[in-house]
Amino acid sequence: MHLAYPAVLAVLLFCTGLYGVLARRNAILVLMSVELMLNAVNLNLVAFDVWLRDTLHAGQALTLFTIAIAAAEIGIGLAIVLLVYRNRGSSDIDRLRDLAEKTGEADAADGTPQPDTKAEATA
Amino acid sequence: MTLTTTAVLVPLLPFLGAVAGLLLGRRMPGFVRPLAVLPTLAAAALTVTVAVGQGGGPATDVATRLTPTGSIPIDLALHIDGFAALIAVLVGVVASCVQIYSTGYLRDDPRYPSYAALVSLFTAAMLLVVYTGDLMVLLVGWEVMGICSYFLVGHYWETETARAASLKAFLVTKLGDVPFLFGIFALAADTGTFRITGILGSVANGGLDHPTLIALLLLAGVAGKSAQFPLHTWLPDAMAGPTPVSALIHAATMVAAGIYVVARLLPVFAASAAALIVMAVMAAITMVGSGLAALAQDDIKRVLAYSTVGQLGYMLGALAVGDRGAAVFHLISHGAFKALLFLGAGVIIHAAGTNSLAAMSRMSGLARRIPDAYWTVTVALLALAAIPPFAGFFSKEAVLGAAEHAAGGAAHGIPGAAGWTVLISGLLTALLTAAYAARLWLLAFKGKGIEAPDLPQALNSVRAGETPIPQPVVMNAVLWVLFLPTVALGLAAPLLPGWFDGRSLAPTLTTSVLGTGIALVGGLVTYATWRHTTALAARTPIGAVVVDPDASPAVAEETAMATHAPVYGDVAGAADPADPGRLLLGPLHRHAAVGFHVDAVYSALFVRPVRAAATLVRFLDREVVDTYVRGAGAAPRWLGAAVRRAQTGNVQTYLGALLAGSLVLAIAAVLVATGTGA
Amino acid sequence: MTLAATAGHGFLSPTGVEIAFVLVGIATLGAAVITVTTRQLVHAALWLVVTLGGVAVAYLLLTAEFIAWVQVLIYVGSVVVLLLFGLMLTKAPIGRSPDADSGNRWAALAVALASAASLVWVVVDAFRATWINLDGPAQGSTEVSGRSLFQYWVLPFEALSVLLLAALVGAIVLSRKADGGKASVAALDNSASRAPAPREEQR
Repeated sequence: MHLAYPAVLAVLLFCTGLYGVLARRNAILVLMSVELMLNAVNLNLVAFDVWLRDTLHAGQALTLFTIAIAAAEIGIGLAIVLLVYRNRGSSDIDRLRDLAEKTGEADAADGTPQPDTKAEATA
Repeated sequence: MTLTTTAVLVPLLPFLGAVAGLLLGRRMPGFVRPLAVLPTLAAAALTVTVAVGQGGGPATDVATRLTPTGSIPIDLALHIDGFAALIAVLVGVVASCVQIYSTGYLRDDPRYPSYAALVSLFTAAMLLVVYTGDLMVLLVGWEVMGICSYFLVGHYWETETARAASLKAFLVTKLGDVPFLFGIFALAADTGTFRITGILGSVANGGLDHPTLIALLLLAGVAGKSAQFPLHTWLPDAMAGPTPVSALIHAATMVAAGIYVVARLLPVFAASAAALIVMAVMAAITMVGSGLAALAQDDIKRVLAYSTVGQLGYMLGALAVGDRGAAVFHLISHGAFKALLFLGAGVIIHAAGTNSLAAMSRMSGLARRIPDAYWTVTVALLALAAIPPFAGFFSKEAVLGAAEHAAGGAAHGIPGAAGWTVLISGLLTALLTAAYAARLWLLAFKGKGIEAPDLPQALNSVRAGETPIPQPVVMNAVLWVLFLPTVALGLAAPLLPGWFDGRSLAPTLTTSVLGTGIALVGGLVTYATWRHTTALAARTPIGAVVVDPDASPAVAEETAMATHAPVYGDVAGAADPADPGRLLLGPLHRHAAVGFHVDAVYSALFVRPVRAAATLVRFLDREVVDTYVRGAGAAPRWLGAAVRRAQTGNVQTYLGALLAGSLVLAIAAVLVATGTGA
Repeated sequence: MTLAATAGHGFLSPTGVEIAFVLVGIATLGAAVITVTTRQLVHAALWLVVTLGGVAVAYLLLTAEFIAWVQVLIYVGSVVVLLLFGLMLTKAPIGRSPDADSGNRWAALAVALASAASLVWVVVDAFRATWINLDGPAQGSTEVSGRSLFQYWVLPFEALSVLLLAALVGAIVLSRKADGGKASVAALDNSASRAPAPREEQR
């Protein structure tokens, strides 16, 4: 089998995941897209391992590790998303903009009471 | 104490008084008056000691050099001859009188401590100018006087007039001081020394290369300081200062400094006939013009100011005909009676509550209310008009005699034209002087009381014979102190030549008869005109702002000045048909009231171009230079705003940009790798 | 796998494995695209199952059978279930939600297409003549994988177990109710307690 088939499939899966990460609004869907990207990497690892006939089977071992790590990642990620959802009432990524610098006086005036209202909402 | 020690103490005492007054004035108000009066009085006493010790003998010349100062040495030199000794006495006496008078005049003024300290500092500077024998040290005193004059004229800085006047006095005198400085440098360059004795010795040996240039440069400084045409315009405006300041600075001392310097350096001027002619013409224009202008002024102090300008013209005229004895004699007698006139004018303004002659001419009983001022000012006006036997007569006859001497070609090295110029203009000015003196006296003291509706109750009570408002005693006492030299200084005329150059100062018959006759004519014509016009006064009541007589004299004067322009439409004149000056001058009156438009000429020649240039510079600075500065600030700010807009807080946007960037980088790396590989 | 070996293999004469792989790949890719584009959130999770299953089939075709079953067990069995629980706990709307994609969808599309084009170009350019020889014994049978895993990769394997423990603790801490740091026993959130559980079973 040509190596190009699994390699191209991996590339396309990766880019699909990339699009999902960048375009999806719901944090859980973003996590799904991340899983897609991880799978693309795994596919590459397996394909190259098979092609190279590595005696240590480093590719396949690494794939197993990646799967385990991905499972851990999805657990932690979901916990974080749930925490955010509990605190903010939403898990939409593009509404989590607290990192933005407030511009101008009006924004600052609007921005200062915001944490208080949020704290009251969560309390 | 030797003569030298005494002479050193003379400028030092008022200086220390000024420093102490400035340092302690705020903390210890009780010490201010003694600190102001006592050092000045002591200095006055010491000047008398110096004069007695000098005794008209040969000049005392002492010098010490503190430090080498380059090619031309600067010495702390004393040069005391008859001129210096006598002028120092005048300065000391007038300054003491002014300090004593000020304690009454400015008794409630919150800025009295700084005022008194500045007057002391001024006195010290003037005494330094008088006693020093080195031109550089003289220049120090000269400039200190200039800055003190600026501060003192601006004493009532709450009023616009005073602010403008102080700036004008400073700028105009500085306009003369710059050429004066160049003149001193040129003189020192030619003669190799700043010492006056050295310079005079060098001049006597014909060692002066550019006598005309140097003389004209020095003359510019003298014109600025002594208020000669065309730099005289600051003096009438400087009347916005308190009256004692006018008496001290603008009558007796500072304006005399210019005359004194010319007197000291007369051989330098005499070395150039052209300079003498220029000086004579300058003096003539100043004399006649100021006499005409004085006739048209409404403010009593401005009349006196123009009179000062005219009398300084006499002195400069005497110098132009080479007789410094006569010039200094007139300086001393004028200093005495003009100080008296100004201090008396302060009393009159306080009593009348206004500084307008037009308003005073509608008050009766002013003379009864202030008898001391009435008698002393009357005598001083007679002295001003050169009526014998008062001091002014003798000194003015000395000037006219010297001019006649020179006009006859009898004076060695003096052009006859200068003599004739000074003689004719001097006689004409005698007429004018008598006229404006008579006008001042008639309008101020012989007013016909008319029931002016806006006169306050206090004046009505005076008219009704009730208790007059008392004047501060010190103010009247000082008037009588100055009264003595005004009356008696003429008797000293035979003694003075021994102190001066030895030329006789006794009046000659021709000029005496001529001068006195002309003065009498002037006075009588004015009286006749006044009799004619005073009938008009009844028909034209004139509005007046009269200050409450309970107010302190300084407050009365300040208010009078501040209200003059709004009430009469002008700072200088008043539209009063009852004014005899108006009838005498005829169509000239309008021009004379504004000083023959010299200010307008200055405005057109200097003020407006400078203002235009300032506007241009302001435009360039605000619109051109600042644009770059603002741009330098705004461009990064816009850039920052633009960049900040990218920081939305949306993590996906960040990640997208990050990936796009890394993609571009990766493609570039691949292209480079393949490009190099291929 | 050398150039000589690959000389006989062209893209125009595909083997049966290749045909199968391409078909599976198309299905996988299609499912993946639907996963990232569908407006129904739960459907996205279900399509993700299809995608992950497709990848598992691809592993099988590459003779890595152990990996394939691990993929099915962990991804399809636990991860997707976790994701579904997550969707439910965050009250994700059932049915079409019009705002499933955020505003920078077009920028994302551009980045994704550009990177796909460049990567495909690079990969095809690099590996168009590379042949995988799938003959011989299976590369990824359970025996082979277990042997290599416990022969050569024991230490990383154990380190990975520590990592999983850390992830377990972290998930518990994160999903605890924030009740002001009281000393009371933390009420474990459902999702948090379940998240590591399948992994532990798997281990």
